[in-house]
Amino acid sequence: MNDLTAAFGLALQMLLTLDADLTEIVGLSLRVSFTAVGLAALLGLPLGAAVALYRFPGRRVLAVLLNAFMGLPPVVVGLVVYLMLSRSGPLGVLGLLFTPGAMIVAQCLLVLPIIAALSAQTVADLREEYDEQLRSLAAGPLQRLVTLLWDGRFSLLTAILAGFGRAIAEVGAVMIVGGNIAHSTRVMTTAIALETSKGDLALALGLGIVLIALAVTVNLLALGLRDVARPQYA
Amino acid sequence: MVNRRSLMAGVVLATFLALPAWAQEKSIVVASTTSTENSGLFGYILPKFEAASGIKVKVVAVGTGQAIKLAKNGDADVLFVHHRPSEEKFVAEGLGVKRFDVMYNNFVLVGPKSDPAGVRGMTDAPAALAKVAAAKAVFASRGDDSGTHKKERGLWKIAKVDVEAASGQWYRETGSGMGATLNTASGLGAYALADRGTWLSFANKGDLEIAVEGDRRLFNPYGVILVNPGKHAHVKAMEGQAFIDWLVSDAGQKAIGEYKINGLQLFFPNAKKMGS
Repeated sequence: MNDLTAAFGLALQMLLTLDADLTEIVGLSLRVSFTAVGLAALLGLPLGAAVALYRFPGRRVLAVLLNAFMGLPPVVVGLVVYLMLSRSGPLGVLGLLFTPGAMIVAQCLLVLPIIAALSAQTVADLREEYDEQLRSLAAGPLQRLVTLLWDGRFSLLTAILAGFGRAIAEVGAVMIVGGNIAHSTRVMTTAIALETSKGDLALALGLGIVLIALAVTVNLLALGLRDVARPQYA
Repeated sequence: MVNRRSLMAGVVLATFLALPAWAQEKSIVVASTTSTENSGLFGYILPKFEAASGIKVKVVAVGTGQAIKLAKNGDADVLFVHHRPSEEKFVAEGLGVKRFDVMYNNFVLVGPKSDPAGVRGMTDAPAALAKVAAAKAVFASRGDDSGTHKKERGLWKIAKVDVEAASGQWYRETGSGMGATLNTASGLGAYALADRGTWLSFANKGDLEIAVEGDRRLFNPYGVILVNPGKHAHVKAMEGQAFIDWLVSDAGQKAIGEYKINGLQLFFPNAKKMGS
């Protein structure tokens, strides 16, 4: 109970004083997760739309896999990325291990199935609605994909936010491939794990509160942007 | 629109590819144990080394077993751990260049104030563990192949207790770091073996206190080894050796000895004088 109240006090204090260590960790958390989600969206949105729109061999298998991989355990993704990026692994020469780059790769893999699977569903729903129009326009396959992604952009935002939620909150993958190195690869979640293992539960929870506040802020900003772009929903 | 999209892709990709450039400064990766990091020692001594040398030290703090694995794979430049037999094996296999003594402290057996096994004040660690086993008092083990875990297994062996058989009953393997295991012990009212450094700096002691200490078999020496550049060409041998040289130098040894929590010294420098 004492730790709980202390945690809120600490969280408030860290936020108000803009604690230098905290801003560094928050900055890296955002930079890594935004980049990972950005890359995953660039790949995942067209991939999801393709699964929804095109008929090709293996489409059903791919759809099932994308849905199943939404639940990929972060620690397994971390382990696989570690084995790939290790100096003894196939991509070791890149020297990416224990850098933010490695963390971005891991989070991107983690988030990609979420964005692809959710956008497949969104695009599939839109396709029903737009089917006649698209046919009357005699739209080609690429044009159909682009049109539906563009028209579904506000709904697709939810898929991207779901991916962001996953990325910013996971600890298993970034711990393994980032190493939780102070002033280098330490992010919010690994800092929380570290403070917990030091037995400083109040500070750990305080950081947790800051992380949640951060996630809420990002979501509010995203939805706010959507409402500005689409005034009838404001 | 397709153009704008591909332009965006290009920008993001370029950012991504430029990422390794973040790590361009002079730096080394040190694979070490949770005890050195969680106790705050690195937080105290590393800024001194970085100021003196201009080399940034990136510490990956994991169990000794995992740290050795990282070093073996070439994912670290320097290994700084605390299980001498494993360290000597690492060097003997040609994976490391040479082992240097750096510092030591000792392990303590901690347990709940109620002391259900009646071991408080004993100075014979294996005998105390035998009593814990006889009383079937709950014991929280690291269970993670760390230096502390290896030490604990060795003590059980001397005590002639088969903990494997009791696993899941009174013998609980947490499979996690020192701090997490102490959190578990604190919650369960269990006994646990801890290094004194982590114990002293641990903030969630709850009902736990030191039950057994002072056995010379609880000695806990730390060694530092440069990963063999002959095995992994990318190992930063010059910078890594500079770190090792500093640790065993007067300045490094003094910094280690100076680190205190609540006035208590956590680690005792014991590097051999150069040339001796």
